[in-house]
Amino acid sequence: MDKVIFGDNQFFAVSHLSDEKSREQAIRFKDDSAIIKVLDQAMETGINTFMCTTHDRIAAICDHMRNNPGKYGNFNIFPCMPYAHKYANAVTDLGIVGTIKQYVPGNIFSTFTKGGVAFLRKDFIGLMELLVDAELKMFKGINTPVIFIQNVVVDMVLGLKMYEVFKAFDSYIRKKYNAEPGYITMNLPALLDALNSVGIENPIICSSVNKLGFRMSGGKEIYERYLSEKQFRPIAMQVLAAGALRPKEAIEYLGRFPKIESVLFGASSKNHIQETKNLIETLLIKN
Amino acid sequence: MKLRGGIIGLGKMGLSHAAIVGPHPDAELVAVCDTSSLILDAFKKFTSVNVHTDYIRMIDNEKLDFVIVATPTRFHYPIVKYALEKGIHTFCEKPFSLRTNEGEELVSLADKKWLVNQVGYHNHFIGTFIELKRLLKANILGELVHFTGEAYGPVVTKEKGGTWRSDPEEGGGCLFDYASHVINLIQEIAGRPVNAKGTLRKMIYSKNVEDAVYSMLTLESGLTGVLSVNWSDETYRKMSTSLTLIGKKGKIICDATEIKIYLKEANPKEKLGKGWTIKYITEFAIPVDFYLRGEEYSAQIDNFIGCIIKKKQSEINSFAQALSTDRIIDLIIADSKN
Repeated sequence: MDKVIFGDNQFFAVSHLSDEKSREQAIRFKDDSAIIKVLDQAMETGINTFMCTTHDRIAAICDHMRNNPGKYGNFNIFPCMPYAHKYANAVTDLGIVGTIKQYVPGNIFSTFTKGGVAFLRKDFIGLMELLVDAELKMFKGINTPVIFIQNVVVDMVLGLKMYEVFKAFDSYIRKKYNAEPGYITMNLPALLDALNSVGIENPIICSSVNKLGFRMSGGKEIYERYLSEKQFRPIAMQVLAAGALRPKEAIEYLGRFPKIESVLFGASSKNHIQETKNLIETLLIKN
Repeated sequence: MKLRGGIIGLGKMGLSHAAIVGPHPDAELVAVCDTSSLILDAFKKFTSVNVHTDYIRMIDNEKLDFVIVATPTRFHYPIVKYALEKGIHTFCEKPFSLRTNEGEELVSLADKKWLVNQVGYHNHFIGTFIELKRLLKANILGELVHFTGEAYGPVVTKEKGGTWRSDPEEGGGCLFDYASHVINLIQEIAGRPVNAKGTLRKMIYSKNVEDAVYSMLTLESGLTGVLSVNWSDETYRKMSTSLTLIGKKGKIICDATEIKIYLKEANPKEKLGKGWTIKYITEFAIPVDFYLRGEEYSAQIDNFIGCIIKKKQSEINSFAQALSTDRIIDLIIADSKN
């Protein structure tokens, strides 16, 4: 994995600090061309991996990449699925069965489709695979060496202790997509223990790592212990604690953990991207 | 010994509660109850939790210390009543009850039996709203002159038939689902509304329930303000709830991520300068051991379980407080029919 991974929150009005900032971003990135422009600027600084949710608008970005293979042929995308708010809002409105009906491709209530059979037999792993395929369809023909499940789903499965689902996801991603499975979580220590318990060793885990202990559930100390002692491949996110930390002190903190392989961050201006990338490359020891 | 917990109703909130109770250090998720065989089969297949389709059987057989009731609102009354009668501490999703006489009965039953009772108005466990309440108590805005309580989000954004949420008899609609949060926040932070005027309940995409509610509220203190809630606003990525308070000495705008304070003069005691001060949730978030969708969801369960262990009533989100919110919803409905 590259040391520097570019994220997509800024494109989709995700700000963990301010609804106002979210709206500004929604306005600025209304057109796909605005997203592509910032991605290109990130590439100009030498960034070669983009981690993004399976948001509807990413499909258009993927089209653009497929249409320009000369430019993006070696570029990597790390998809994170699903785009959780799509499902969360649908569940509020349609209920769980209604949501499955809406998003599993084909007619879920027809026994003649794969989805119908999976639904009828309550083949949960089969349903999971169908949903994974539906989410990943937009990336066909694009390099996706690591494929993530997004934190709301990971942490829900973790809390429900349905660890076998991780195992099934893990083997499906390896087998069908020839990719490495990854996990985003807000509960790093508990997740690593759970994955190890079903035989998933040395997993790629993306979680909050910051000096403030923000969104590091269970506390900073246990995270630091896991980052120092346990066997896994960490990607640090929310390293600026949603903007509460200055970039230099934030990334200096990460430098204390040589195990950290990559840092995920998002930014909207070329200067900001360049500055953060330089800090990561200077201060992170790994590689 | 861990407390034995059960969950009744496995929709979005029920599953979320199950995922939070499961890893809780002081509790064990013993049983769940739902009518959907799809969901129950998933629990059967992947977990060791006992599954039930009948809450009475679950309560009678599982020796529970507490239950979390997350069914559609119209089932709250019979289920909560049965749990309380059996001496089980009860957490109920919001809104609390559809009929205030039923709500009153549950409040007095819980009191009589000395059972911990709490309702899922989770905004009170968001650090920024806690800070807002503290600052108002410290009177940093001076005499209050106006408030605005708002919530917007993208739940119903096109026309279609629906689930219980589109049935007014079952507690569907934006007033019960979205606005109840805002009304409860106003009630606990600014004061209890006692009158509603000029209420508009607008159907936008739904056929039987309102998708937006606007109302002018008067509080016990005489303070007046505006309620403005719309769940058909897709310019929001997810539900966004905010309170604005205006006083003679300044103004505060507060939501789940930030608190923006404007003061006409500096307040040295609070270390707040003249003009704007912006503070973020990073400073106020309640630390939790397990995180799912927001600290507040875990923090409210920590509070409930903590109260059971300490054998004390919850001071936050008691049945009585939630009943008060139900009464205000009644006022708003009555006014909308005028």
